[in-house]
Amino acid sequence: MNETRAQPDRIIELRGVSKRFGSQVVLNRVDLAVQRGSVTVIIGRSGTGKSVLLKHIVGLLRPDEGEVHYEGRRVDQFSERDFKAVRREVSFVFQLNALFDSMSVAENVAFPMQELWSGRRSRREIAELADQALEMVGMEGSQSKRPADLSGGEKKRVALARAIALDPPPKVILYDEPTAGLDPQRADVINKLIRKLQHEYHVTSVVVTHDMKSAREVGDRVLMLHDARFLADGTPEEVLVSKVDQVRRFVQGLAEPEDLASLTEE
Amino acid sequence: MTDLLGNFGRFCLFSLSAVLYAPATLGHPRGWARLVPQAFAIGTKSVPVIMLTGAFVGMVLVEQGWSQFDAANLSDRLGAIVNISVAAELGPVLAGVMLAGRVGGALTAELGTMNVTEQLLALRAMGTDPVHYLVTPRFLACVLLTPILTCYADVMGALGAWLVFAAVHGGDSTAYWKYTQEVVQIWDVGTGLVKAAFFGAAIGLIACYKGFHCRGGAQGVGRACTESFVASFIAILILDYFLNVVVNQFYLQAYGPRSLI
Ligand SMILES: Nc1ncnc2c1ncn2[C@@H]1O[C@H](COP(=O)(O)OP(=O)(O)OP(=O)(O)O)[C@@H](O)[C@H]1O
Ligand SMILES: [Mg+2]
Repeated sequence: MNETRAQPDRIIELRGVSKRFGSQVVLNRVDLAVQRGSVTVIIGRSGTGKSVLLKHIVGLLRPDEGEVHYEGRRVDQFSERDFKAVRREVSFVFQLNALFDSMSVAENVAFPMQELWSGRRSRREIAELADQALEMVGMEGSQSKRPADLSGGEKKRVALARAIALDPPPKVILYDEPTAGLDPQRADVINKLIRKLQHEYHVTSVVVTHDMKSAREVGDRVLMLHDARFLADGTPEEVLVSKVDQVRRFVQGLAEPEDLASLTEE
Repeated sequence: MTDLLGNFGRFCLFSLSAVLYAPATLGHPRGWARLVPQAFAIGTKSVPVIMLTGAFVGMVLVEQGWSQFDAANLSDRLGAIVNISVAAELGPVLAGVMLAGRVGGALTAELGTMNVTEQLLALRAMGTDPVHYLVTPRFLACVLLTPILTCYADVMGALGAWLVFAAVHGGDSTAYWKYTQEVVQIWDVGTGLVKAAFFGAAIGLIACYKGFHCRGGAQGVGRACTESFVASFIAILILDYFLNVVVNQFYLQAYGPRSLI
């Protein structure tokens, strides 16, 4: 019944995923197929469930209905233990970074590697990989700082370094707002980094962002989540010039009239 | 009511998985590397306050009992009664209560903060079980450290009691130690320490559980800390009663009844 056809090009697939919190419907029968080696960008208004969607891919949240597939296997009913295998191939950059504040920056970045390779690679080797990753995001020299002593954008970059610092890089990287809080130049570096990982290592990425420039630059495909479903789906060129009113207004950053009502009424 | 039961069920499952990871933690150098700093933090935080508590409990018991025992011409035996109370009952319970406040609150705050800042999710997302990584070392540290700290309380209790007995009331020191030695058996001290280990387990598991299941930002963490202390305190008292029932049954079966005076 739930047989998965061999579609190795689809590395991640959500089929009819629904998620509710209490009476609030966050996702309503959402379908999403992510091609291997592609960069998929998800945009949408704040609070529409983009972060919730990403969390379903690695089992941090489980769907109320529907199926999640990874590498052709249905994973949404996996136990925590079984999910481990998936999670070791998929890195997650959290929206609020989720750096371990009991550890230094270097320890944070080294942590996933230590957990993954537990003893199979030397401390030196791991430390070098961590340094390289920090250098890629422009955070060299902060190894011994504590996350609490970093600025918002610096934290974000350490979180990015933690997600990419593997050798070879992870198969899939899920970015929840990777350029939020970064200056335009740093954001550009991160965009190029996402592209470089794709071109050189064939990393599959899913990027949630509010940054339309970033969406245009990194996305092979852009989807817009609206009212618990995908409203737009296409190449950045198509979506960013969409004629659909809600998409157009979102992309151009124009407020909806009803949201302005409370400001204008006297 | 069903909510309460559901919560208790979740707590039991949580505890079970923390306990099941214990062999893996104890059998691996990396497990010890997580356990030792926890044990060190608990020990250094708690030794002075536990010693102080123990000493004053011994002192006040002698102060309270002296006039009665003296009137009955039994003052020589007072030390034995005080010390058996401390070793079997007050030492473990008070050490447990002090730890619940001193350590339990800190554990809940630490893990609760990690919870609301998604650090626990980040661990899971990396394929690391936060229970294995965070809870089991803390749980084991509490189980190991509570009996050790109880020893400090017991020793300080005996010394404090002796001080008041001999220096304040002019009791006979030789008689004090002689009767103490006669009456207080290895059994009493041992069961006290076993009880302490159970209290430590309860404190560690409750504190971690409350931290893992709090929600709602800084306020939620604060509330979880209070709940953690209250729940640990109640758990200690309830466990204490039932452990005493078991221990007494055991003693009766093995050695028969005994009289202390
Ligand atoms: N664990 C949870 N429990 C209850 N409600 C939740 C939970 N997680 C998310 N929600 C709700 O689901 C909705 C979507 O949240 P989500 O974090 O996915 O938004 P988002 O699209 O990522 O928004 P933003 O762009 O602001 O990050 C929100 O209304 C939020 O309140
Ligand atoms: Mg979000």
